[in-house]
Amino acid sequence: MIERICKLNDITINTGVVALYNEKQVAIFRVSDTEIYAIDNFDPFSHANILSRGIIGQDQGQLFVASPLYKQRFNLQSGQCLDDEDVKINAYETKIIDQEIYIDA
Amino acid sequence: MYSQYIFGINLENCCMKKNLVIVGNGMVGHHFVQQAIKEKLSEHYHIHVFSEEAVPAYDRVQLSSYFKHFDLAQLNLVDLEQYQQEKIMLHQNDLVTSIDRENKIINTQNTQLAYEILVLATGSYPFVPPIPGHQHENCFVYRTISDLDAITQSAKKSKVGVVVGGGLLGLEAANALMNLGLETHVVEFAPQLMGIQLDVDGGSLLRKKIESLGVHVHTSKNTKNISAGDQHTLKIEFADDSQLETDIIVFSAGIRPQDQLAKVSQLDLGERGGIVIDNACKTSDENIFAIGECALWDQRIFGLVAPGYTMASVAASQIAGNLEKTFDGADMSTKLKLLGVEVGSIGDAHARTDKSLAYTYMNPREQVYKKIVTSSDGKKLLGAVLVGDTSDYNNLLQFYLNDMPLPAEPECLILPSMDGAPSLGIHALPDTAQICSCYSVSKSDISQAVNNGAHTISDIKKCTNASTGCGGCAQLVKDVVNHELTQLGIAVNNNLCEHFSYTRQELYHLIRVNEFKNFTDVITQLGDGTVGCHICKPAIGSILSSCWNEYVLKDELAGLQETNDFFLGNIQKDGTYSVVPRIAGGEITPEKLMVLGETAKEFNLYTKITGGQRVDLFGARLEHLPHIWKKLIDAGFETGHAYAKSLRTVKSCVGSTWCRYGVDDSVGLAINLEHRYKGLRAPHKLKLGVSGCTRECAEAQSKDVGVIATENGWNLYVCGNGGMRPRHADLFATDLDEETLIKYIDRFFMFYTRTADKLQRTSVWMEKMEGGIEYLREVIIQDSLGIAQQLEDEMQIVIQNYQCEWKTTIENSDKLKRFNHFINSSKGDDNIVFVQERDQIRPANINEKQTIKYQEVN
Ligand SMILES: Cc1cc2nc3c(=O)[nH]c(=O)nc-3n(C[C@H](O)[C@H](O)[C@H](O)COP(=O)(O)OP(=O)(O)OC[C@H]3O[C@@H](n4cnc5c(N)ncnc54)[C@H](O)[C@@H]3O)c2cc1C
Ligand code: HEM
Ligand code: SF4
Ligand code: FES
Repeated sequence: MIERICKLNDITINTGVVALYNEKQVAIFRVSDTEIYAIDNFDPFSHANILSRGIIGQDQGQLFVASPLYKQRFNLQSGQCLDDEDVKINAYETKIIDQEIYIDA
Repeated sequence: MYSQYIFGINLENCCMKKNLVIVGNGMVGHHFVQQAIKEKLSEHYHIHVFSEEAVPAYDRVQLSSYFKHFDLAQLNLVDLEQYQQEKIMLHQNDLVTSIDRENKIINTQNTQLAYEILVLATGSYPFVPPIPGHQHENCFVYRTISDLDAITQSAKKSKVGVVVGGGLLGLEAANALMNLGLETHVVEFAPQLMGIQLDVDGGSLLRKKIESLGVHVHTSKNTKNISAGDQHTLKIEFADDSQLETDIIVFSAGIRPQDQLAKVSQLDLGERGGIVIDNACKTSDENIFAIGECALWDQRIFGLVAPGYTMASVAASQIAGNLEKTFDGADMSTKLKLLGVEVGSIGDAHARTDKSLAYTYMNPREQVYKKIVTSSDGKKLLGAVLVGDTSDYNNLLQFYLNDMPLPAEPECLILPSMDGAPSLGIHALPDTAQICSCYSVSKSDISQAVNNGAHTISDIKKCTNASTGCGGCAQLVKDVVNHELTQLGIAVNNNLCEHFSYTRQELYHLIRVNEFKNFTDVITQLGDGTVGCHICKPAIGSILSSCWNEYVLKDELAGLQETNDFFLGNIQKDGTYSVVPRIAGGEITPEKLMVLGETAKEFNLYTKITGGQRVDLFGARLEHLPHIWKKLIDAGFETGHAYAKSLRTVKSCVGSTWCRYGVDDSVGLAINLEHRYKGLRAPHKLKLGVSGCTRECAEAQSKDVGVIATENGWNLYVCGNGGMRPRHADLFATDLDEETLIKYIDRFFMFYTRTADKLQRTSVWMEKMEGGIEYLREVIIQDSLGIAQQLEDEMQIVIQNYQCEWKTTIENSDKLKRFNHFINSSKGDDNIVFVQERDQIRPANINEKQTIKYQEVN
């Protein structure tokens, strides 16, 4: 299901926002003008909907967001937790069409 | 789920692998399994674990935390997948009933199994004195998850609770009853509390302290009978004919080793129970080991988990053929917080050793009691008792464990902040010094690991386990690793993170001289040009603010901020935020106080007075923050920066204006200082205090900067700390006029901001500084580096550029957008749910969330 979320410029570079997509909370991050990533907003460690509020970073080429509560890192492309092999959250395909952001999952 | 393995094992049985059987899957039994994996015992044996309990091993030490979260998963120790991968068969709910030692077979409720080697880790059970009536359904013990569930259920219908037994566990149980909202009593047979760990004076101070918390303590009470009560469910009668009515009773009268299985199998037991073991942890049958709380070594039972862990690793090594590793007893020293009271006990707390000397220190005003016991010549530490203040515990424990010679006046170890009290440096510790007691890792274990190439803390954790238990030793482990690296001539890598090969200090300097104002410039010119990470971004963000003090939510700066700075509030565990307006010096008009009350009421916020003399409003939903702040700012408030690593508060006493002892206007000075330094972003948070006379009611000596009025001017103290590592501030300069005082503080803060490491408080910064406080005096008072003027100028820039970030934010509609929870919907986060407690809201826990549904409020 493809769904329009917001304008590209609604997200400040290097930060994230939350979208309501198909009844779910999805965190969307803008790393640059062409790089947009989407993963679950729910943090399985703190049980709170806050991943969009984390800091974006890079570890040996992998882009990640660090949870603002207990700092576990999640790969922005796959949703894999970098600090606990057993934890993986959903990642979603994104598209930029005419300066608008879409989730297509 | 294990059927495929039973099949696999049967097949492999043809290849003559024999069984290693463990009875009990408690903390120690589980630790043994881990050690067995490490020793590769599964290559030689099929490992079977039998457990009477329905759940795999859980963390009993943290049992009381269950009352906070009611979440079994948080206590679980066993990774079932790992057991599967390692082909370890866990038979849950299966009690081992007897051992046929002749044929080497165990009988269980469900099956029979031959063993080659048997390990008993059956733990212990709570002792319930055989008082008539003790079987009443409202009588409980405190050992397992099901005990706690039963207590919780019963407490819902109860008003009063009694704990029988005033030892360590009894007091922990009392704390639980308090938290469940019961009127709580502790009944102790002996004349004092915690008789094992504390002496009479320590016990009576502890009693005074916990009584002031509302717990009723009854000592020298021999419980005789329990029957139905008149006002409450039960009535307890004592030998002295007094009585006490209560709804529930929790027995905590000690533990007894669980040796039933050993008994029916005729293994040697101690006179008062316990399975006798030797230094190899072997029982009287050479194919059977016993470890943990069921084992009796040298006539002693060890009721702590660390000795059990040591036994587990000894037994695993012995089975693997390493006969040199033995169990030689264990140290039972303990440090804990009971009902919020700090208590520590080391070695011979009662001075029972022949001719030993006891030194005591009692401070009735601060309610602190300390005692050390030394050998007759005063050279060795034999024991110690600490109540009310355990900051000396680590230092004393190292003296005790390592038999180190005491200073000529041993009393200096417990007297408050006497100059010259020796604190042990890493180099002073002998190689045998135990650094991590949970996993008994010594200093030499760590140096060996470092020599073998483990150069980071995570490597050390992996290969020694140090610091992976309670975590209390983390700082000590880090210090040892750095010390060893320096010894090896390896430069300790203090680089900010993998994206920069500079330290924080170097980056601060480079950013200032190059006048970099955003992260992109910094990382492309000084770093690796990537996106950075969650470590370097906030650190650089903080440096940029310290230097230029620009609006933190500017587009180029916003992505650098931790969520607290980003949303200008402190994130709470459920994703809501707290709101903390500045109340400079703790002075507030009734009108403004009413605005706080009205705002809290309108937005349904939990309200609490903080230790920093201001008011915190908790539970603010993201989308409400701008509305709340608009109201506050209209009433004349400004942000309190509680969310930032920056100046927090200047605490003050009421001072000469009102107080009959005051010699100067402490409130006036506090307000000046708070307005001067508000908004200064630093490597860590900064707290100040100002007292109006030497009585020090503002506790200024526990702050980064403390000021105390004297007849002749202000005395300045620096580098104090409260919190986890308390430290009294050092007297830095005396009898200053206000202008000089402010100059010194300007220079002090800026020098700290320039040179400290990221997230380093002033106390640690100064302790690590070569030359310490003397050097600091040279730089700041004598201007030995010739930078005093620069430091003052830099402070001037920060002061000039101050702005209330919330005011700027609510005036900027673009910035306000990010406070909506969703970018594409006006709904709120339905995972935020509150329940009522003591007439206010609190976040619902997971169980409660399942029953209460979120309601949209506007
Ligand atoms: C509330 C509380 C707080 C504590 N706090 C601390 C602390 O702060 N620090 C500290 O060091 N220690 C503390 N302890 C003590 C610590 O929990 C114990 O030292 C530790 O759990 C002992 O481990 P164990 O494996 O020997 O025994 P247990 O954990 O009791 O495990 C024994 C297991 O064997 C099973 N079992 C027994 N007999 C059989 C059988 N015949 N067949 C099959 N299974 C059997 C039992 O059901 C049990 O599951 C605390 C204890 C409690 C209750
Ligand atoms: C396995 C059992 C435990 C053992 C053997 C143990 C031992 C110790 C020791 C020796 C220290 C002092 C070391 C140091 O500070 O450098 C310490 C500190 C600490 N322990 Fe434990 N502990 C245990 C369980 C726990 C538990 C269950 C908790 C939490 C509920 C805990 C929390 C702490 C904390 C917070 C500190 C640091 C205190 C400070 O820095 O002042 N410990 N522990
Ligand atoms: S410190 Fe001195 S002036 Fe301030 S309240 Fe206490 S007694 Fe009064
Ligand atoms: S002392 Fe507990 S982890 Fe090291």
